[in-house]
Amino acid sequence: MFGSMEHLTLQQYWWIILSLLAGLLVFMMFVQGGQTLLRTLAKNEEEKALIINSLGRKWELGFTTLVLFGGAFFAAFPLFYATSFGGAYFVWMAILYCFVLQAVSYEFRKKPDNLLGAKTYETFLLINGSLGVILIGTAVGTLFSGAAFSLNQFNLSQWQTELRGLEAVANFFNVALGVAIFFLGRMLGAMYFINNIDHDGLRERGRKSVLVNTVLFLPFFLVFAVWLLLRDGYAYDPVTGEVFMQSYKYLSNFLAMPVVLVMFLAGVLLVLYSVFVTVFKESLSGIWFGGPGAVLVVMSLFLNLGLNNTAFYPSYYDLQSSLTIVNSSASHYTLTVMSYVSLLVPVVLGYIIMSWRAMDRKKITSEEINANKEAY
Amino acid sequence: MDLATGIEHVDWSRLQFAVTAMFHFIFVPLTLGLGFIVAIMETIYVKTGDEYWKMVTKFWMKLFAINFVVGVSTGLIMEFQFGTNWSNYSWLVGDIFGAPLAIEGIVAFFLEATFFAVMFFGWDKISKGAHLFSTWMVAIGANLSALWILVANGWMTYPVGAHFNPETARNEMLSFAEILFSPVAITKFLHTVASGYVVAALFVVGISAWYLLKGRETQFAKRSIAVAAAFGLITSIFLAMSGDESGYEIAQKQPMKMAAMEGLYDGQTQAGVVALGMLTPGKRPGDDREPFLFDIYIPYALSFMGYRDINAFVPGINDLVYGNPEQGIPAASELIERGNLAQESLAAFHDARDRGDEIAMSQHRSVIEEHAPYIGYGYLSEPTDIVPPVALTFYSFRVMVGLGVFFIVLFAATFYFLRKNTLENKTWFLRLCVLSIPLGFIAAQAGWLVAEVGRQPWAIQDLLPVQAAATSIGAGAVQITFWLFVLLFIIFFIAGFKIMLRQIVIGPQGGK
Repeated sequence: MFGSMEHLTLQQYWWIILSLLAGLLVFMMFVQGGQTLLRTLAKNEEEKALIINSLGRKWELGFTTLVLFGGAFFAAFPLFYATSFGGAYFVWMAILYCFVLQAVSYEFRKKPDNLLGAKTYETFLLINGSLGVILIGTAVGTLFSGAAFSLNQFNLSQWQTELRGLEAVANFFNVALGVAIFFLGRMLGAMYFINNIDHDGLRERGRKSVLVNTVLFLPFFLVFAVWLLLRDGYAYDPVTGEVFMQSYKYLSNFLAMPVVLVMFLAGVLLVLYSVFVTVFKESLSGIWFGGPGAVLVVMSLFLNLGLNNTAFYPSYYDLQSSLTIVNSSASHYTLTVMSYVSLLVPVVLGYIIMSWRAMDRKKITSEEINANKEAY
Repeated sequence: MDLATGIEHVDWSRLQFAVTAMFHFIFVPLTLGLGFIVAIMETIYVKTGDEYWKMVTKFWMKLFAINFVVGVSTGLIMEFQFGTNWSNYSWLVGDIFGAPLAIEGIVAFFLEATFFAVMFFGWDKISKGAHLFSTWMVAIGANLSALWILVANGWMTYPVGAHFNPETARNEMLSFAEILFSPVAITKFLHTVASGYVVAALFVVGISAWYLLKGRETQFAKRSIAVAAAFGLITSIFLAMSGDESGYEIAQKQPMKMAAMEGLYDGQTQAGVVALGMLTPGKRPGDDREPFLFDIYIPYALSFMGYRDINAFVPGINDLVYGNPEQGIPAASELIERGNLAQESLAAFHDARDRGDEIAMSQHRSVIEEHAPYIGYGYLSEPTDIVPPVALTFYSFRVMVGLGVFFIVLFAATFYFLRKNTLENKTWFLRLCVLSIPLGFIAAQAGWLVAEVGRQPWAIQDLLPVQAAATSIGAGAVQITFWLFVLLFIIFFIAGFKIMLRQIVIGPQGGK
């Protein structure tokens, strides 16, 4: 089936999968967003325990999605993996440190003799939820704004600034995307608590938090979206592979791919609707609109970025070194093998949904946390 | 293709990766084995309905979780370090190496992550059977994860199912099945997971022995030992068998590693294994010094282990460096020449392509195809560059094998005393069991030292030496991140160790 497909079709297929993974990763950042709400929403240790235990049952999924996102890029677009990770060294290392802290924090925080004390682990969670997310968003921003690298004739990359990726934070629009994802994560985190924890106080404060974070999210998101739609973009000639600047490239990509535009608009509407039902209708189900909304928005942005003859990792140092899904991908054979493996994704999603439903059938309560010795 | 841009940053990257991998592998083996031990205990609980077994299961599960999270977080570091510190590697072999890594994410990581939460928090939310299923899924997921990463690692040792594509100037996959079912990958997987099972069994037996020494949690300890000793005895025997198979594969595919493991400088027929020996410090290939200050041999054993033939010739370091025409072994200088030819032809091929000269492209392509299997030698300067650190490989191998034999005896004795119902009275033996806990970790680390140090200078055997695989980056940048990792690892280790110790002191019944 996949073996008979054109190489370009497989490259597009894998870009779509990566776009979906990017969307799911941002959705799962409700865990990170929730971590940053720990001190805002919880008024006492009991409420804190409810929040940590609610998140503690989901953090592995976000962590695993990040691992898979990295692994899928490695396998499908190894030149991007080599260029970005090796080049923007300090940014990716900083992201790594932020995420490594997360794993141990849940398990160690409340255990006796935990060396650093509960507050330190809570600070780790805050760092992971804020700096980690903003840095990831900033790194993703460079996919649109470009980076300073060049490739030699054998496709080996050289980074052209001593800052090794830290220069990305000097671009306001990169950071705006990072901050927007940060506030989106907080919105989703609050909606998740409202749905997952049976506690009146937390739900009430959660609704306020959704509203406040939406107000903070919108300007950053709008600034990024407007900048993106109005700016020149990195296009390439599909015949010669030559990269060139094109006015309103990302806007014209949306217009050239109406399905992607519909996904983007539907995603934005779903996120806004989730806020509306959570804040004004006091619904517990906001996360079930906001989550898919976030997936659709992020996925559509990634599709816009990589399809329709667009360079998904442009180099502003050397335009012709820019990476496209064509010049940075794995071979036809590897993409074919990987495509067969991708057929397992629905199975994986199936058991994740089943186990999530089984675990969330009963909402988390203080009684449960107090009775459960395994609680975080 | 000039990739080597100074050596200092390469050494720092090697050190960073080595420290990360070794730290990661403190936690991984315990996860691999403890997952199954916990699953067996819970199966007994579900089968018998005995609540005491549930308590036993929950205690070991708690220790599993503390250990698991550090393993997971350091695993993430390793995945990203392939890109950050080994970016040339990521591109040159990403077409092959990336695939198992991505499959690990899809197939194994999600299995572990999804059912991990169910295993810990699902006791009162789902049925007993569904919970047991989750526990087994976590254990299987962890082991599947090991499978895929070891397939990738096995390919680095024995790069089959791939070819060098001059157009893209990288290695590309030809046969996924050949990579997955490579004998090296399978042996490596079986030997590594078996080592994890033994480490976990030693851990459970040792901690249970401590309870018996303290005269507390007696029933708990005996039940735990019964499961772990049986598990440990079976898996330690299997570990020895897979180790023997591993030795055979090394002799066939990595003769230099085998020579370093044995400190064998001059090849021999009817070669023996050095059971005990001390290498001559400062011995170099080609000099006249005796390799050993003293040694005790087991005759014929090395020829038999490596070739299943007591009369077989086992090449030594000198044979592999300087060549041995009688045995058909080429000199490293010849291979370096072939590697240089492949690289020069590759550059010429790309020049010809830029000029659109099809005839020249075709000529260079055939030269590349002929010499591509040795393309990595083109990065080496001296024939002796192919020699790994002999002393570290030699002594690590002896530590690993010696401890492996000791573990079989230990588990057999534990099982025997348990059956005789005399274990509680054997204070000296219980102390030995406690002291053996760290030995499992030491053996596992020694095993990885043999595997990874023994294959230096290669990141990918014959195709890519480590200095060409590294990211072109200043040594200072790598030093900064290295020390941050070291700090993080020390903190995590102390924190994890203290928590684990405290949980053990508290005991399975919360100190009651």
